[in-house]
Amino acid sequence: MDKKFNEGAWAEPGTSVKNKTGSWRTFKPIVTDRCVGCGTCTKFCPEGAIKIVEKNGKKKAEINYDYCKGCLICLKECPFKAIEKEVEK
Amino acid sequence: MKKLLSFGTRSCAGCPASLAVRRILEAVGDNVIIVNGTSCLEVTTTQYPLSSWNVPYIHTAFECTGAVASGVESALKKMGKDTHVVAIAGDGGTFDIGLQSLSGMIDRGHNVLYICYDNECYANTGLQRSSATPYGAATTTSPPGKFSIGNKTFKKPIVQMLAAQKVPYVATASLAYPDDLERKVKKALTIKGPKFIHILAPCPISWRFDSSETIHVARLAVETGMWILCEIENGKIKINVTPSERKPVKDYLSLQGRFKHLKDEDIKKIQEKVDDDWKAYKKY
Repeated sequence: MDKKFNEGAWAEPGTSVKNKTGSWRTFKPIVTDRCVGCGTCTKFCPEGAIKIVEKNGKKKAEINYDYCKGCLICLKECPFKAIEKEVEK
Repeated sequence: MKKLLSFGTRSCAGCPASLAVRRILEAVGDNVIIVNGTSCLEVTTTQYPLSSWNVPYIHTAFECTGAVASGVESALKKMGKDTHVVAIAGDGGTFDIGLQSLSGMIDRGHNVLYICYDNECYANTGLQRSSATPYGAATTTSPPGKFSIGNKTFKKPIVQMLAAQKVPYVATASLAYPDDLERKVKKALTIKGPKFIHILAPCPISWRFDSSETIHVARLAVETGMWILCEIENGKIKINVTPSERKPVKDYLSLQGRFKHLKDEDIKKIQEKVDDDWKAYKKY
């Protein structure tokens, strides 16, 4: 970082990835085979922790459990009811 | 592609603020400087010495979001750069404390997009009422009881206030309509001068509902007519979503713990206010 920025408080970009917020979960959302990969949940996940991946030519949502806080918005908003929950162990 | 707001923010589960910012950044891209007034967003994304931002970001105090954004914009203009300046503040920092600097920014005509995410109270400091808190809502400084209904005043009509100040583009948006939100942000960036977007941000903690209901509540606000999705461009209003049959406001209020003390006559009063608002909007 440039010397002139040394005054005041500043932080390196994107360093909060150290906070593994997945440990906050009470309920864990689980993507079932009913998922068609429409991407609705990706638009509504406050953590941006869901992405659509392609496996064997089939699109499916994948949840990043390192950061998913378990709010279950995805479960509530899924138009195909393809997400289920279980108590976090 | 790198996430412009990275993982690991300290926001609560189901937080509307971080969701709103993700949608905003998706529309804006990385050629931007974010100016953020004190709010939940600032507290949860910039816990020193960590930062969640992958775009240039400057934190300001509550009252000077508009002023700092003006300064950043003027400096960029002098340097001949066409970087977008986006100011983000909460409802406390927009409706109450930051109103004068926002108004000054508009008056001077700075080319800044100002976005207010409105969770209808000071959620960051312990759920106190702000002038964005709706009628009847329980907050820690407007507790309901034998002699009190909760918050006694109706929400400040910020959109009409700014439209009266001739802001070239004023819009309201909802998290339940992400494509509409992104379209409005993109459209705002094409317009020269000050722009204002007001996003309703249902907060599970202060509104007291389950964290999975954030989007559901945001959608109900639109479907019951409590939140009117509109754009005002050079004084011309366009209502984006007109529910063919508005649901009763009770559907929206009954989901939230902050309204659970309301009696039928109170709900009737809120319903009448919503009906009046719609009439006024249609006339406008």
